[in-house]
Amino acid sequence: MKEVVLELGSGGKLMRDFISRTIVPAFSNPYLKNLSDASHLPSGIAFTTDSYVVDPIFFPGGDIGTLAVNGTVNDLVVSGARPRFLSLSLILEEGLPWDVLEKILNSIKRAARAALVTIATGDTKVVRRGQADKIYINTSGIGRIIARPRVDRIRPGDAVIVTGTLGEHSLAVMLARSEFRLESRVRSDCAPLGFLLPFWKKGALWMRDITRGGLATVLSELAEKIPHAMVIEEAKIPLSRPVRSAAEILGIDPLFLACEGRAVLIVAGDRAERVLKDLRITKQGKQAGLIGRVDDQIGRQGELLLRTVTGGLRLLEPLTSELLPRIC
Amino acid sequence: MSLKKEFRDQRITAGLLKSISRKTRGFPHAVRIMEVCGTHTMTIHRYGLKGLLEESGVEMISGPGCPVCITPNEIHEAALLMLTDRENMVLATFGDMTRVPTGKGSLQTAVPARSSLLKIVYSPEEALDLAASRPEKEVVFFGAGFETTIPSIALTAKRAKEEEIRNFSVLSAMWLIPPPLRAILEAGETAIHGFLYPGHVSAVIGSKPYEFIAREFRIPGAIAGFEPNDILLATVSILDQIRAGIPRVDLEYKRVVDPAGNPRALALMEEVLEIKDAHWRGLGIIPRSGLKLRESLAPFDAEIKFGLSIKPGSTDLPGCRCGEVLRGILSPAQCPLFSKKCSPDSPQGPCMVSFEGACYITHKFGYSQKKTGTRAVPEENAGRIRKTGR
Repeated sequence: MKEVVLELGSGGKLMRDFISRTIVPAFSNPYLKNLSDASHLPSGIAFTTDSYVVDPIFFPGGDIGTLAVNGTVNDLVVSGARPRFLSLSLILEEGLPWDVLEKILNSIKRAARAALVTIATGDTKVVRRGQADKIYINTSGIGRIIARPRVDRIRPGDAVIVTGTLGEHSLAVMLARSEFRLESRVRSDCAPLGFLLPFWKKGALWMRDITRGGLATVLSELAEKIPHAMVIEEAKIPLSRPVRSAAEILGIDPLFLACEGRAVLIVAGDRAERVLKDLRITKQGKQAGLIGRVDDQIGRQGELLLRTVTGGLRLLEPLTSELLPRIC
Repeated sequence: MSLKKEFRDQRITAGLLKSISRKTRGFPHAVRIMEVCGTHTMTIHRYGLKGLLEESGVEMISGPGCPVCITPNEIHEAALLMLTDRENMVLATFGDMTRVPTGKGSLQTAVPARSSLLKIVYSPEEALDLAASRPEKEVVFFGAGFETTIPSIALTAKRAKEEEIRNFSVLSAMWLIPPPLRAILEAGETAIHGFLYPGHVSAVIGSKPYEFIAREFRIPGAIAGFEPNDILLATVSILDQIRAGIPRVDLEYKRVVDPAGNPRALALMEEVLEIKDAHWRGLGIIPRSGLKLRESLAPFDAEIKFGLSIKPGSTDLPGCRCGEVLRGILSPAQCPLFSKKCSPDSPQGPCMVSFEGACYITHKFGYSQKKTGTRAVPEENAGRIRKTGR
């Protein structure tokens, strides 16, 4: 008997195959086919949905509520839409302390206000104790399309720009689980990416929020879609001290760590310096960095390469499965 | 300058490589050095030392130092059956153990029996704490490790007894590093001119357990740390020993390793564990190469507690040649499945799963060797790599 296994949800090959071989054919239509962060619907509307099951529900820098707003908002922003309305579905486990629920609802309220979106509809379900883990949230989002990502216009020489340091969200959640028994002041980077909207008009050809699978996964998925290679430079990737140290101690590669308030942009080569300058003026983009280029001299079509600190080249591939630290 | 930076300083790296080139000049063939430890394999590939050393006349061969890899399939399958066939179990193990493919699938793709679950832990202690906090569950810690990890596994069994945590047991896959080295040398399947001994294992056992290699087999070796320049420094030492014709066990990781090892860890191992003959993937049964809990701790030995029958005999997936990779007679790229049917996305053997597995590391970091991006290697370098890449 075939059953759902945990690995199906791990973001690896099993999941990609499931989506492309089972989900897409089942509902076959032009909107679903692109598998982008949000679908562009008729009349200039972008539409997206996401479910949130983070454990623990509170972590330094945010909670499941802020995540549920920002995650969906960011999917709209990076697909070229100004976020407008969200739906909010709560699945609650019997016995969830009331003050926990209130705290999360407050976070949702504050995050929605900060991201300039309105919670326009919602739903609440309660299941028996043990049938869910405390609280799950689904949000769907609608936005107005202001730009269309142009993967087809990406050319050699175009710049790869990240909007800030990588990996704080993953690390904050991992440490909040206290499985590593490490202490750190790292806080999740969870934040809305609305400040990126003007950059669609300043030369951005493509954007993605750096969520599950991290920068390496997000960029290698793009690399597969363009007829060039991409080369990014290890030494130029912005990392905060806590992430740098944790990566060293735990053997985790920050290139595969998730963020919830960072994005990577492909910007037309001649406008890159200007975009970088403008990004660095924004509050959330202070640590933005130009980390690489689309390239047709090095590597082959579809490859994402990392130039390491020692000067060697490494092929980066999408995350295989959830991160597993080495064991000795 | 921090210690870390010094051991990664590119100018020092360049100087050491030059010295290595000089010392290998005049040898009729590449000097073949086996790096025993998977973490060394990682550093060697990650920092591109593999190619740089080849250009300097040194060929690095990966050895058996990946605990996930050398744990034979019958133990992986026993763990899997505990999860799928027994109720109310928590099988706790390290992350990469869960993805090792067997004829019965992997722990990740297995559907646990009702009320049982798989829990990825980061230390044996975490599994013990889990047992203490969930007395209604049977917690089995499936721990694979060498002398680095073994003391912490031993400690959990000891604590479980002292604190009467009766719902905790250990499914052990505990391996000693020196015996397989003897087995590889006695088999004589591959030429090895020197050994790069593991740093962390040596921090526990010291340098003495390797001395038989210098004495009986006349092969030089050095204990090395895990930064690029640590490894090059140890390589220089090995080459000096070869040139002088005086093999020994040199300690190039003095900032961590004491020649006598760690007496407290050794005493704990002695107290809790006893040596047994053990079956290794690819290497067969090696006398006195594994450890198990002493009889006084039998109630915490999952094999005894649950009456498991773990016998050599289960087969690897068709075509998988991890066994030969672990013996150092096949390099990952020589395996017909490598990076084709077998990749980290769909591993056919443990060496493609573990972060310390030679196949995984070669797949992940071996870009220039794979020759996928032919343009990545400048012309003049490409020639040099071909010339020395015997």
